[in-house]
Amino acid sequence: MDPLEIRNLKKSYGSVPAVKGVSFNLRKGEILGLIGPDGAGKTTIIRSVVSLLLADEGEILYMGKNIRDNPTYIRSRIGYMPQRFSLYPDLTVEENLDFFGDLFQVPKQKQKQRKEELYAFSHLGPFKKRRAADLSGGMKQKLALSCMLIHQPDVLILDEPTFGVDPVSRHEFWEILKTQSRRQGTSILVTTAYMDEAGQCDRVGLMFAGRILALDQPQELEKQFTDPLYVLHCPQPHEVFEQIYHDDSLYVANLFGEGVHITLPRERTEEQLRNYLQEKRLTITKIERIKPSLEDVFLKLMHG
Amino acid sequence: MSQIQNSNTADTVPMEDDTMAVSVRELTRNFGKFTAVDRVSFSVQKGEIFGFLGANGAGKTTTIRMLCGLLLPTSGQASIAGFNVYTEAEQIKMHIGYMSQRFSLYEDLTVRENIQFYGGVYGLSRKQIKEKTRELLDYLNLWDQANKLTADLPLGWKQRMALSTTLLHDPQIIFLDEPTSGVDPVSRRNFWLLIYKLAARGKTVFVTTHYMDEAEYCNRLSIMRFGKIVEIGPPGELKAKYHARTMQDVFMNIEHREER
Repeated sequence: MDPLEIRNLKKSYGSVPAVKGVSFNLRKGEILGLIGPDGAGKTTIIRSVVSLLLADEGEILYMGKNIRDNPTYIRSRIGYMPQRFSLYPDLTVEENLDFFGDLFQVPKQKQKQRKEELYAFSHLGPFKKRRAADLSGGMKQKLALSCMLIHQPDVLILDEPTFGVDPVSRHEFWEILKTQSRRQGTSILVTTAYMDEAGQCDRVGLMFAGRILALDQPQELEKQFTDPLYVLHCPQPHEVFEQIYHDDSLYVANLFGEGVHITLPRERTEEQLRNYLQEKRLTITKIERIKPSLEDVFLKLMHG
Repeated sequence: MSQIQNSNTADTVPMEDDTMAVSVRELTRNFGKFTAVDRVSFSVQKGEIFGFLGANGAGKTTTIRMLCGLLLPTSGQASIAGFNVYTEAEQIKMHIGYMSQRFSLYEDLTVRENIQFYGGVYGLSRKQIKEKTRELLDYLNLWDQANKLTADLPLGWKQRMALSTTLLHDPQIIFLDEPTSGVDPVSRRNFWLLIYKLAARGKTVFVTTHYMDEAEYCNRLSIMRFGKIVEIGPPGELKAKYHARTMQDVFMNIEHREER
């Protein structure tokens, strides 16, 4: 049985719909990422799943039980890390872990063993006497995660855990999540606004305006993008983009930092593209066929 | 003018050059025994979009606080829009704009009222506010939203508004902190097109970000580590140097060097 099942979830705030009918399952031992901009509905889904918010419509089943009827059942069995997780700043790293260990009623002997395991993979061991307030942003996030893992939950739910964290700490954080899912079989539902984190997930749901536009393994999502994709390498991509984007009957152009991405419809050839660009007399250093990134996929889905 | 020392660093910074928006030379800041910023030298041209990268704790924030005239350096020189960070901090504040990651707008005011309010904060006259409002609504393409409550706008529009309030006092240099994180891919591109437009008008844009996709849009990047600038150059050159496909790879490569 899948630990979590979300069926046709809907939620509005007053007249503003936040989630417009979302369904998905969180499978045993997988990392499922919901990726999308602020306001896409990610946090509303998370808060509904952890029973802090009552959905207008739809059902959420945790281990087959409807959470509406059993809110405490899910709360005691999951680890939930909200966007602004409040560690106790005056407590040390170790005291924070002890506190959450007691809170989740983990036996003392077990707590000791769990702490050693958590220190080992979070690299927080050398800092166990440091106050939480004095940790760097990345370390705070790792401590918050460790506190949520001390009772070895089967399901871990994280809302934008890497927001504002530097790329190196983000990488480490994801490594911890992967270890946890691979070794312990923990099922992890995580949200992020950073597209570059999609590749870290087993499956990814691309979210926009209250809907999941697509949900699959990252490489499968990329395969859905079947039209030929090119990058125009150029010194001033935005100038090239401004010159050509309005001719969208010919192709679709998107600005990237490295250059302009061009999607050709099936009936157009690369030669036609080259000729067209030559006529425009644009400064382009190289035209290269590339594989689509998830950002390309997202842009295509948004364009409809 | 004092003689320019023949430094062995590759980019020696001329201090008196009016094509430069930011000139920093051997800038250092100690906190007790800890050196947060360690003899950093670089310069940013007018109209350049300059990305300022580094892990948490690398010294970015300390550097930026000095550049904004909020923190005095321990040693070294820095001039911002031609003003000296030691003696002209107040002028610096009048010539820079700052937009933070989670910007603050008054949700209960309309777009127009927000611009007017911030105009007042910056001490613009009524006439100036009127002119500026018109100019910014034009530039940001916000006319249709002008009388709507800020709370009702999608995030992409709010972000444009936040930028517009940063531009009210016509700053020479604009500091943006992770400006497009949390924004959808389409709005992100529209925002960057606005940034390029600003740069084309001669504004200097200083971007700090942890988001390597965003870094790719900058003309030039610097990467700080342990208080020093360890790399500086256009994203394309840095990627070529590290044989990396993305800036993310460049960054990870630099961070995993063992030496210190």
